[in-house]
Amino acid sequence: MSDVLLETRNLVIKFGGVTAADNVSLKIHAGRNLAIIGPNGAGKTTFLNICTGWLKPSNGQVLFEGQDVTPLPPRKIVDRGVARAFQIPQLFTEHTALENLLISVSARDKLRNPLMDMHRIPERDEMLHLLDMVGCADVADTLVVELSEGQRKLIDIAVALALKPRLLLMDEPTSGVASSEKHSIMEILIGALKEANVTSVFVEHDMGIVENYADEVAVWNSGNVQLRGSPAEILEHPDVIRDVIGEVV
Amino acid sequence: MTTKTHSTKAKASMKSPLTFLWVIGVLAVIAVPFTTPSIQLLFNFAMAKGLAVLGVTVLLRAGQVSFGHALYFGIAAYAGAFLMASMPAADFFVVLIVGVAGAVLAGLFVGLFVVRYRGIFFGMLNLAFSMIFWSILEKFYHYTGGADGIRFARPTVLGQVLTHGQFEMMLYYSVVVLMVVLGWFTQRWFASPIGQLFQTIKTNETRLEYLGISPRRALLSGYLLSAALCGVGGVMMGMAQGVVTPEYVWWVRSAEMVFIAVLGGAGSVHGAFLGALIYEVVRTYASVYAGDIWQMILGGFLLIIILFAPGGLIGILESLFRRGSGKEGARK
Amino acid sequence: MNLAIFLLALFDGVAYAALVFIVALGLTLIFGVMRILNVAHGSLYAIGAYATVSLTGYFLALGFAPVFAFPLMIVSAVLVGILIGGPLEYFLLRRIYDKSEVLQLLVTFAVFMILEDVQRLVWGTRPYFESSALQVLGNVSVFGVTYTAYQLILLPLIAVVLLLGMRFFLRHTITGKLITATTEDREAAQSIGVDADKVFLFTFVIGAVLAGLGGALASPTTSILPGMGADMIVLSFAVVATAGLGQIEGAALTALMIGLGRSFAVYLYPEISVLVPYLIMVLVLLVRPEGLFGSPAARKI
Repeated sequence: MSDVLLETRNLVIKFGGVTAADNVSLKIHAGRNLAIIGPNGAGKTTFLNICTGWLKPSNGQVLFEGQDVTPLPPRKIVDRGVARAFQIPQLFTEHTALENLLISVSARDKLRNPLMDMHRIPERDEMLHLLDMVGCADVADTLVVELSEGQRKLIDIAVALALKPRLLLMDEPTSGVASSEKHSIMEILIGALKEANVTSVFVEHDMGIVENYADEVAVWNSGNVQLRGSPAEILEHPDVIRDVIGEVV
Repeated sequence: MTTKTHSTKAKASMKSPLTFLWVIGVLAVIAVPFTTPSIQLLFNFAMAKGLAVLGVTVLLRAGQVSFGHALYFGIAAYAGAFLMASMPAADFFVVLIVGVAGAVLAGLFVGLFVVRYRGIFFGMLNLAFSMIFWSILEKFYHYTGGADGIRFARPTVLGQVLTHGQFEMMLYYSVVVLMVVLGWFTQRWFASPIGQLFQTIKTNETRLEYLGISPRRALLSGYLLSAALCGVGGVMMGMAQGVVTPEYVWWVRSAEMVFIAVLGGAGSVHGAFLGALIYEVVRTYASVYAGDIWQMILGGFLLIIILFAPGGLIGILESLFRRGSGKEGARK
Repeated sequence: MNLAIFLLALFDGVAYAALVFIVALGLTLIFGVMRILNVAHGSLYAIGAYATVSLTGYFLALGFAPVFAFPLMIVSAVLVGILIGGPLEYFLLRRIYDKSEVLQLLVTFAVFMILEDVQRLVWGTRPYFESSALQVLGNVSVFGVTYTAYQLILLPLIAVVLLLGMRFFLRHTITGKLITATTEDREAAQSIGVDADKVFLFTFVIGAVLAGLGGALASPTTSILPGMGADMIVLSFAVVATAGLGQIEGAALTALMIGLGRSFAVYLYPEISVLVPYLIMVLVLLVRPEGLFGSPAARKI
């Protein structure tokens, strides 16, 4: 078994009367892409929010590479090597696609060149390459508000990748993308992740994507992991077919 | 404030006529003491004020407005005045540095608190701090001279004792140099990674946090710059007027800065100085006739700009240029 | 500090808190419903005071009894709400609800600048003083300390009635419930047929009336002069921010805290008395950025 990258122990969080995380204990292994599936409201996004420090659990711990990061704010967890892409892209709307990446890489390097023109920083070529990798090279100089939803999702992921994380958490990376393009985009993404040696966790509703691109699948239900296994095992499981796949399809 | 719908390329094409105008403007300002000495002092005031307005402009770039930035204008001027009162031999440049250091220190102190807030709270808490300082100046008159303030003696400049005329000339060209250098620096800062991170406060703090950057610290960086710029303006204004009074930190003064920043073009370096110059000229000649309703006129104008010309003067100039080079716009 | 001074400070604090609360109530109501911080609220307060003084002076000169000062206060407050508050919302604020918070702040600030000069044009810069209402009610004596009944009894009474009335209005009347519904979810309220425009106009007028009423009630106790509006907007903002924006009951408690803090400082450390409200605000906000009674808003991502 490979190394444990991120581990949660007995996470609990409640909103009002709803338990969004009910004693979640989970290990994420380096090099194995994990898909999280489950019905809406099962607590998938909440799980990502807790892992990245956005929400604090009322009980339990989050460990990254063996160290307790539960009390840290998101930015400190990011510093340790966890990046995040969002269901609704979180971009700098008054900047272009390339500028979004340049800002990200400037943040990664902790402002190594604080007063240089941002467009002339040495990492510019690296960022252009990254844009190319996610298929957005042609819109490098377009304001992100003028891009399509799918393009914005990809830029959002590229912004996270620019941080050179070891773990990337993605919330529905292919939602908003035309279904004909979903597979080609995932192909690019998984390739890019492998090339950069990044492990990923992605929340996904499309079982075709899960089947093809996940190494492991965790099924969420009512705030906890109901099942975990290989895509083949999970997608054949009668409970999953009834509770999850049945709802989506 | 401004809606940036044009892409970077369009912005770059806009740059050249504006830069050209800026150079012409600076040359004209340099010529003023020889061509029209009667307005030399007026221009001196306008540029000092413009430096302070630039401070407010910096914050507008992050989508924040401060209704209390006269605080730093006043603190720097008072710090300079205190220094000269206790050390009459202090040099002009020492006074300037100490004044600005005072503003930055105050900016750090207040800034560490106010950067926890945005929008309404940010604007109003700054106002509250400026009013606190104002009432301290008024109440502790044994130290501050109360409403009469403190007089600025004429300092030596690099060890030289200057005559009144020489000093005014020196002051004028100092403020021109400060305007050009700090204007250039601020623009450079806006384009730099640290300035870009600061400006993302306006659009997405969530993402900023997820880039491993503390939004508060990003905002603080620009806040300190804005305090320093206001400080430079305050010391230069104090020197030019020869006296500093609590009026320097009065909320009307802060409001004036916000007004000029919005008039010039929210977020534009050139706009800050263009706005300050036009404002000062109009005020000097119009206040004779409209002294009683001056604030009313300002308020009315502010409404008109916000509702009908949110890009301010610079925005209007830009759209004129764009119309001038219509083909280029059409290609986009 | 002996008993007499203690009582004086206590009474000063309560009277002052009552006035500040009435103004802050209007400010926080408008914010709670419309999400706009009306900087011009301070001007409405000042104009309420000026209008009361002028009207009272006029009617007393005609030979009316001093007791007429009381209805004239209400008349002034209502005039402020309808003649200034109404048009302000209808012609100006309505255009900027979809704009950014900073822009809205700039707009109300511009209105504030305009109204400050309007006061100067209409009433000049000399101070006014008109305390008929104060004298009509006479004095009361508590443990040997003589204080005006107006400040010790009437003002706190009005503040409490307004607090309870506002609570009742918002929770138990149809109009109040419509306002609350619009506050919680504007679109949902509109979809069930609530006219949000009307709700906003009504709320703003009520808020403006409260500002004017604060000024009217304050007028017999202080000299009316330019700049009082600027002081009041910052002070009532301090109250509202310390309590948590939109918190009505909280504003009452905070006003009391700030009023008492200030009045005790007047007797103990007069130099810093003006600073006390802000010190309280800063200290509270350092510990609880969302105010004493506010709840932090988590952004959904």
